[in-house]
This record gives sequence, structure tokens and C-alpha cells, in this order.
Amino acid sequence: MTTLAVTDLVKDFPMRSGWRRSTLRAVDDVSFTLVPGRTVALVGESGSGKSTVARMIARLEKPTSGQIMATAPDGRHVENRHYRDHVQMVFQDPFASLNPFYTVEHHLARPLRLHGRAKSRSEVDALVEQLLERVDLAPAASFADRRPHELSGGQRQRVAIARALAPGAQVLIADEPVSMLDVSIRLDVLNLLARLQREDNLAVLYITHDLATARHFSDDMLVMYRGRVVERGSADEVILNPKHPYTQLLASAAPNPEKRGRLRLVVSGSIESAGAEVPRADSGCNFRDRCALAMDACAAVPPDFAVGDDHHAGCWLYRDGASTPERTVVQGRPAGPTHERHRR
Amino acid sequence: MTTATATATNADSRRSRPGPVLTVEHLDVVYQVASPVHAVRDVSLTLGRGEILGLAGESGCGKTTLAYAINRLHRPPAEVTSGSVTFHDRDGHDLDLLAIENEELRRFRWAKLSMVFQGAMNALNPVTSVRAQLDDVLTTHVPSMSRPARRARCAEVLELVGVDPRRLDSYPHELSGGMRQRVMIAMALLLDPQVMIMDEPTTALDVVVQRGILLEILRLREELGFAVIFITHDLPLLLELSDRIAIMLEGEIVELASADEIYERPQHLYTRKLLDAFPSLTGERGAFIRSGASSSREPLPDADPNEVDPR
Repeated sequence: MTTLAVTDLVKDFPMRSGWRRSTLRAVDDVSFTLVPGRTVALVGESGSGKSTVARMIARLEKPTSGQIMATAPDGRHVENRHYRDHVQMVFQDPFASLNPFYTVEHHLARPLRLHGRAKSRSEVDALVEQLLERVDLAPAASFADRRPHELSGGQRQRVAIARALAPGAQVLIADEPVSMLDVSIRLDVLNLLARLQREDNLAVLYITHDLATARHFSDDMLVMYRGRVVERGSADEVILNPKHPYTQLLASAAPNPEKRGRLRLVVSGSIESAGAEVPRADSGCNFRDRCALAMDACAAVPPDFAVGDDHHAGCWLYRDGASTPERTVVQGRPAGPTHERHRR
Repeated sequence: MTTATATATNADSRRSRPGPVLTVEHLDVVYQVASPVHAVRDVSLTLGRGEILGLAGESGCGKTTLAYAINRLHRPPAEVTSGSVTFHDRDGHDLDLLAIENEELRRFRWAKLSMVFQGAMNALNPVTSVRAQLDDVLTTHVPSMSRPARRARCAEVLELVGVDPRRLDSYPHELSGGMRQRVMIAMALLLDPQVMIMDEPTTALDVVVQRGILLEILRLREELGFAVIFITHDLPLLLELSDRIAIMLEGEIVELASADEIYERPQHLYTRKLLDAFPSLTGERGAFIRSGASSSREPLPDADPNEVDPR
């Protein structure tokens, strides 16, 4: 099975504001490995660089530096021209990712032919039918001739998943695959992805901002903040026992029915954020301007410190190997003068 | 401390009149197209003064149509075919919202009941400054207000929602999504309304920013005492935020109860389905996701699925 290793990935985007030019580092030194049969969740707020990572892996974007290497089951490095036989992507918006002019059959037959999985008409037909059935679009014959506008959002996303599987991909990049879907069908689509992963032993990268599904759907989790991975570990560990102040903030901000009424209780409290400001170009911890626990050491970029079994956090709090400083309820510092008045 | 007490008294005085602020009875809205679509069916609900009522349901269930009908914003082919919407003013007057016309309607909207629209982040005009857009509301509704007074009020509401008043001269694209959302809420607050309808106000924002805005809404409600109809499909969020929750399915309100009731003892199958659609963040890794089974809940003892579940 194909393994995908991402090492020291960096992406800079040029920015222009008037005559001034600068670069925005959207992805900063990200490394991880996708192995068959495991799902890695990549979570973070909008603008944290998750999708840029996905786009680089799908080769829609060229990395500024760093490597993305796919290793075939025989242990050999996958060449460029075969890369997309192995790595495919499911996009966020199934309303935009399918071509409205073409039928479902076309969307599936084309990758089958282009990637050489089927030659003759009958082979293509048989494989299309098989793909549709695998994504629970049955009877296949009735779906094959439809165009995207004749399908619901969930059905479209199923077609998009089938299309990603058509070239025989074993590494699947799913960029917010359910965030555009109706709540009642999200789990069905995630369950489908989980089933396909089991059946085909796929390596999956699940990109999302929804911590709850990320936790339940994934084995491992990476938390990104402004381009850097700030925490990594098993999904349960990262959510239930978050170490990095940003992960703690994220976990405490996610809606959680177990804590209903919480909002009504903490009206006077504040987890105010400055919002997604333009990342600072200087070195140091990206989170320090929002972090209540910021200290002098934060002026330098923190390395990954081990904070538990296979659990790492990029935060100077853990430099002494202390894996359990007291769990702090994070209170972001007020963003500006206007927030002072709320803290009477 | 003194300020806090003063605020509390203020809120108390505004909420002193018990009872509802808005009553909707047997409302039906139909889109009169070739094959008429009955988008809102026989909806009855009351909104208490200062209450936060959550309205949950998936896309196409009629949430937004209901909100528009309450505010008389629906346009043909949508038509209210029956029912009544009554607004109970702070001063004791009742207003039949479906009967008022023209000038009276203009005076009612935004002053008594304002709305934060869906996709509000993109509802701001990109080519005029925030100040001009806030000012516009005041010049329209309070023509007697002087320019300095308008300026002061605009700055005041921005400060209320936690945006630096210096941002008044900014254009929408210069603000982050969360700030634009706050500006929209500020705009809805300008005339000190008694009811605010919020249609998916935080859907496009990430969780940290979302929580900031929700806390802001709750704090403002404490201070100003308005009632909120909060529309979203995000049930976990409603469970944290709302006093009561109405679950809407295909135009009907199938369940209306307190947040605790909805979570602990959901009566309708659809409510349970919606609840199950959101895995719990900190709870057990439910059986549902990896095994594909849809519910970890006990079945209702006396439920006949054919009877309750219309799907």
C-alpha cells in the first residue's frame, strides 16, 4: 500500500500592498506521514494553512521547499507521472467540484481511462457500476446518466469520492468533505469514508475545523495554527488532554452538548480572540500574541516537546519535559482597548 | 461593581413586563409556484421577553422563510396564507404584524425587531464605509437625530459589540469575518430593538471567533434585555446557548422544549436523528461512526417509527 511522507513543507505566498511586497508564510515546516489504514486529522481555524497543505499534496500548488514523497507498496518512490494514480483528493464543495455539463458516468469513466484502469467500453461500464455501488449510489444504472444538478449534495459528494477512488488511489486527501452538506447526512458520508478506508486500507488525511468529527473519525490529529503544527498526537489524547494553549482554546470553544448551559454561565468570562490577523513575519511562537501564558522564551520558535506517549506540543511550557503543568482554562488576552470595558 | 449593578437593574426594568414579546399562531407560508410549496406549516410559538429561542433544522426546512415571514420580508411567490403574528410592545400595545402596512411597517422594522441576516459577512456594502452604513439606519429611522448624535450612537454600538470605534471609517474588506459579523450585530442593535432574529449568524466563522460572538450576544442580552430567535443547524451550539429550542422539519415545528429537555429526553425521532448527527466532543467514541450504526441511544419505549418519522 502507498505511504505518503511529507517533510519540512513550506509554502510562501507573495503579498502586495501598494508598493510594498512581502511574503506570507502559509505553511511553515510541516511534516507528517500518512500510512495505510490510518486517518490523520488536520484541524485548525480558517487561514491556518490546512487547505494549502492539502493542495500541495494534491499537486495543485508547488511547495516553496520541503518534500512530499509517495512510496509504492513495492517500496519504490512513486514517480511524478504516476503520482496521481496513488494520491487523490475530495474537495469541500461538491456543487463546484463536479462539471455541470457532464453526467456522473463521464466523471467516473474519464479517470478510469486516463489512468489506464479500463480500456474497453465494457470494462469502463463495469468499473463505473462497481464504483457507484461502493459509494452506495444504487441502483448504479439510474445514477450513471444523471447530471450533477439532479443529485443532492450528499449524492454529489459520493460521486466525488467515487471519482477519487477511480484511479485506484490509496492515499485520499479529504478537504472538509462534509462541511457543505446538510447536518443529517454528514455522518452518512463520513461513515462511507470510514468504510471505504477499512475495505481498501486507505491512508486518509481528513482536513476539518470540526473537532468532534475529527476526534471520532481519525486515529491521529495534527493541530495547525498560522502555518505551523502546534500539537500532534492520537486524536483522543489531543482533544481530551490538550497541551498547547491554542488547542486548549480550540477545544474549549467547540460547541459541546455535554456542557450545555455553559454559555449561559460564563457570560462574564471571555475567550476573546483577536480574529485571524495577518500572521506576523517575525520569528517566535505564532500564538504568543493571543496566549495568556506567553513568556520571554516565546520570542523563539518552540520545537516539538514530548508531552505524553506519541504526543507532542510546540510550546515552551513543556521545555522541562514536564508533561503535566496544571491544565489552564485559556483566556485569550483582550485584543484592543475596546475590550477593556467588558472586564469591569 | 457599581456598573454591573446598574446594568442589572436596567435589564430588570426592561424585562419587568412578564409575558411574551412575540406570538406566532398557526402560521402558514406557501410559495405560490406551479406546484405550491408549503414551506411553513401551522407554526405556533411564543417568544418570551429576553428569551433566547433556538430554531434548528436542516437546509430547506423553512427556518429562514419563517423568519422572513415574521419580519414581513417575504416576497412573492411566498405568501402567508393563514395565521397571525403579534408583537407585544414594551409599552403594552399589541401589533398585528401581518396587518400593518407602509409607514407603520417601516417604523416597526429594525426599531422593534431587527435581523442579522444569513451570510451577514457578505451583507455589508463593499463600497461604503462602516460608518455610512450604520449612519444610514439612523438617518432613515430617526431623521430628527443630529449628526453628532448619530456619530456618537454609531461609535457606541460598535463599542458594545467589541469593535474599536476607530474602525468606523474602515471598509468591510478591511475587517476580518468576525468583525464584519460584529458590525452586522451592531447595526441590528442601533435602534435598541426588543427582538433580534439571527439567521445563521456564525456559520461561516471558526469556533473560537464564533464563541466570542455568542458570548457577546449573551452579554448584550443581559445588558439590553432583548429577545433572540437564533436560527442555525448547529444543534450543539443551540444546546449551549438557548433557553428553549424548536426543531423544525419540512415546515413544521415537530418539537419545542427547553434545551435540557431536548438533549435529555428528545421526543421526536427527527430530534434524535439531529442530535446523533453531532458526535460529542468529549463523550465516548460513539458506536455510530466507525460501525456505521446510526444511533447509540435507547429506542423510545412506546415509539412507532412509522407514525413519528415522516421520512
